[in-house]
Amino acid sequence: MVFVLNDFSQAFSKAIQLIFQLDPALLEIIGLSLRVSITAVLIASLIGLPLGAALALYKFYGRGIIVALLNAFMGLPPVVVGLVVYLILSRSGPLGVLGLLFTPTAMIIAQVCLITPIIAALTRQTILDANVEYHEQLRALGAKASRMMKTLLWETRFSLMTGVFAGFGRAIAEVGAVLIVGGNINHATRVMTTAIALETRKGDIELALALGIILITISLIVTSLVMSAKHAAYQYHS
Amino acid sequence: MLHTNIIANMNEVNALPLQVKNLQITKNGNVLLKDVTLSIESNNVTVILGPNGAGKSLLLRCAHGLENLSKGSLMWNTNIPQPQQSWRAYIFQKPVLLRRSVRANLEYVLSLHSINKANYASLIDAALKNTGLGQLADRNARVLSGGEQQRLNIARAWVLQPRVILLDEPTAELDPNGTAGIERLIMTIAQEGTKIIMSTHDLGQAHRLANDIVFLHQGRLIERTPAQSFFEQPQTKMAQDFIAGKLLNGE
Repeated sequence: MVFVLNDFSQAFSKAIQLIFQLDPALLEIIGLSLRVSITAVLIASLIGLPLGAALALYKFYGRGIIVALLNAFMGLPPVVVGLVVYLILSRSGPLGVLGLLFTPTAMIIAQVCLITPIIAALTRQTILDANVEYHEQLRALGAKASRMMKTLLWETRFSLMTGVFAGFGRAIAEVGAVLIVGGNINHATRVMTTAIALETRKGDIELALALGIILITISLIVTSLVMSAKHAAYQYHS
Repeated sequence: MLHTNIIANMNEVNALPLQVKNLQITKNGNVLLKDVTLSIESNNVTVILGPNGAGKSLLLRCAHGLENLSKGSLMWNTNIPQPQQSWRAYIFQKPVLLRRSVRANLEYVLSLHSINKANYASLIDAALKNTGLGQLADRNARVLSGGEQQRLNIARAWVLQPRVILLDEPTAELDPNGTAGIERLIMTIAQEGTKIIMSTHDLGQAHRLANDIVFLHQGRLIERTPAQSFFEQPQTKMAQDFIAGKLLNGE
């Protein structure tokens, strides 16, 4: 117990040391983590927000199945997503010619697959709830269906942020998918989570823990930024 | 002159009289409106009066195309359909305002209709001025008081300079002060030449505003008379009881 506690305090001081030294290798890893996950969240939002809204507002054949799949895919195991994307991008796969395997782009693709269902499913529920309040009013004002969808997305923007950042949280924290399609190549595809896995295996518990502390700190900062932004927005808007 | 006639064809749309013939609404086996036949002319304010559950709101909703008719017909005197055109507006009892400024709420309504953007500013300024919301133009709509929200709700209809405004119990959720403000506003709109058709269960309000009365009870049209004769010489026992403040029961 004492040993573990000692480990943590050592790791913590090492983390502080690494951060204040602005260790270039560390910054590179953090930078790539953020770049991959933020890009993935942006793309997943571009797909998931309109998809979720459309599933809430439009009736069409097969909608029930898509919704069921979406809800099931919210909990996809990252390694399985990684494996499927790996198969598609590998030399002999359908998109092998693009040569994307073991690049940050492949990692972004895998994370987009992982978090689009989360953003779409949460968007669908949010829009569904808002539609109960707004539908008749917007219809009476003369809004057509496509305009209604745009309006509802904008009206619920603060609630939708929750879904988007749930997606970011999952993307930045997952290790399975980026490890398989990225390969954890130093200076190329190494991100915080894959580095932690590697350093732990190598026995460099201190560095691994330091990276872990940084990862959690980043998550905390992002979460609190979002929450205070949301809080400020609510103060003004409702 | 409040109506600057910026919206094309406004004056060419007469829209009235509204002709309702043998209208019936049935939902889940319950007959909610039965065999309603009436005509509403273009004079100032028509009040649809009756106790709760009489079918007042339902009749108004039918008039704005928000219900499917089970039987009968309801015809406006125009070929221009809603919602593409802006000659008719509907005001709900409880306003659902958008999470944006008062001005942006009005802009949104204009953007739903084919109105030249160059005219937005003058239309919005007129609507703000007429409803007394000028000072609040940049405030968030969701933080307004109940009375202010309902005024914005009406401004949202008025900004389109419609020929007809339908209001469903517009003061049901307001205090006496807010109610007085909304009633004044309704009178002003009517005086400017926009036809008002509104529902209420408030006898005093009907007395203050109505030119003519549509009295409904349990989904049936009971009495259809000018306001003065309705209040002074009600033709039916039910209307007499309602005016006398008695509780109406079934058949």
